[in-house]
Amino acid sequence: MSKMTKIEIITRANKLEELKSALNSIGVEGMTVSQVYGCGLQKGHKEVYRGREYSINLVPKIKLETVVCDVPVEQILSVSQKVLCTDQVGDGKIFVYTIDNAMRIRTGTQGTKAITDDEA
Amino acid sequence: MKKLWSVFLSTFMLLLMTTPIAFAATEEAPKLDSGDTAWVLVSAALVFIMTPGLGFFYGGMVRSKNVLTTIMHSFFIVGLISVEWIILGYTMAFGDDATGVIPGIIGSLDKIGLAGTAGQIWTGTSIPELAFIIFQCMFAVITPALITGAFAERVKFKAYALFMLLWAIFIYNPMAHMVWGGGKLFELGALDFAGGLVIHILSGVSGLTLCILIGKRRGYGKLPILPHHLPMTVLGAALLWFGWFGFNAGSALGANELAASAFVATQAAAAMATISWVVCEWIQNGKPTILGAASGCIAGLVAITPAAGFVAPMPAVIIGLIAGIVCYFAVAVLKAKLGYDDSLDAFGVHGIGGTWGAIATGLWATTAVNPAGANGLFYGDGNLLTAQIISIIVAYLLGSIGTFILYKIVNAITPFRADEAEEVSGIDIVEHGERAYSQSIMTGESLGIQSDLTKID
Repeated sequence: MSKMTKIEIITRANKLEELKSALNSIGVEGMTVSQVYGCGLQKGHKEVYRGREYSINLVPKIKLETVVCDVPVEQILSVSQKVLCTDQVGDGKIFVYTIDNAMRIRTGTQGTKAITDDEA
Repeated sequence: MKKLWSVFLSTFMLLLMTTPIAFAATEEAPKLDSGDTAWVLVSAALVFIMTPGLGFFYGGMVRSKNVLTTIMHSFFIVGLISVEWIILGYTMAFGDDATGVIPGIIGSLDKIGLAGTAGQIWTGTSIPELAFIIFQCMFAVITPALITGAFAERVKFKAYALFMLLWAIFIYNPMAHMVWGGGKLFELGALDFAGGLVIHILSGVSGLTLCILIGKRRGYGKLPILPHHLPMTVLGAALLWFGWFGFNAGSALGANELAASAFVATQAAAAMATISWVVCEWIQNGKPTILGAASGCIAGLVAITPAAGFVAPMPAVIIGLIAGIVCYFAVAVLKAKLGYDDSLDAFGVHGIGGTWGAIATGLWATTAVNPAGANGLFYGDGNLLTAQIISIIVAYLLGSIGTFILYKIVNAITPFRADEAEEVSGIDIVEHGERAYSQSIMTGESLGIQSDLTKID
């Protein structure tokens, strides 16, 4: 069983479409996207309601998760960085994890076959 | 109850006996006017929509977990106080003063259950007494609803309902009698065209007292407690503004020059206050906000309420200008400095705006607009201003002391404050068992088109 890796990309919501097509073009097809709130170096902003000031330090972001085995992780990192980097704080983070196992629920297939199209 | 019935029956008999004589004695019997009656009935309907509108105005400003209870606080009052008004409120407020329960403060109970009002013409007007009753009913309804903004997001429903009923009976009805029903302040010469004292000061001060007694919302000043749906607030403000034409121009109790004059004054003040509130926050915080515009128009409407039928258009513009500025600083600066949690600014807008309006009436009222009124300070007579200030003090005292006593009584019967778990979960789901905004997985929102759901890999 070859190695499976999970890539988690947290970044600006407006970059989603660009990132998706860049990943598709290097063979990453399956992904899960969620709307998240986070903070890092980017400090958020202020909102004022009836003269009362609130600091909103959790900023809306998107989180894209994908698990790959064939596509080289380095390539995913470099393609993603190229798309996502604006040189400003708030571009986000990419986390890379090693995955122990996976299962396609419909067939019960485990391991890398569960995340590739081979046996469909 | 037995005693009330005997009072009611005996006075009813008396009425039957004396009415024909009274009519015979009058040389020129008052006549109904269809135009006047139509306008007052339409105005009553306009004032009605203000209370549900207030529910939306307030509802948009709370967090999503408390929006239903906030709207319910206004909507349920329409039911509760309408019934109270028909049975008891009207006769307490507008029953005969000389034979009153407490002359000068509470009117006689002759008209309990609206007895003897059918077929009557309201004194000094050409409308049926029933039209006057239902118009005033809407005022009695909206006043306690205004208070609910002060304690939003942290009270139990049972205590709220009990408090509002007692408040209407023991605070609103006597105040309405004192100002409009021929009672003490009426004799003093205080002017309150459509309810600056009776409605806005009283509810604002009562709200302030309650929010201090109940305490701050958990996390107030630490957690961001933000409005969850400002478009709803703006919709509510629009309904309030719309209904306010009935509130003020309808208070002329006729379709006439005075109604038109009050209508113009209402629009002038609301429009100017919208601008002045927005400009204040624009200068102070750098951005003009829609919440500021919605709040500003309400501040202007509140301030012009006591003055609407007594002032000329340009003074109305000035009243609005100052109302927007004063109310903005009351909610943005004063409230923060003093640290009380008047959640939706019932005091900052209605208490402060109403106080300013009552004072302004003493400054700009003129008999040129309304011969039945009086001249204010700027038209050469200082007496009116004195009467206005005394009335303001009475309203503050009655509102604060009365509310304090009622709070203690209600709290002894059933706890007013929601407990911590309730506040954290949200009052909607705990007190009412409902949620305003469904979550898709739980309520079967569409999950996509057929081919997406059944596609084979």
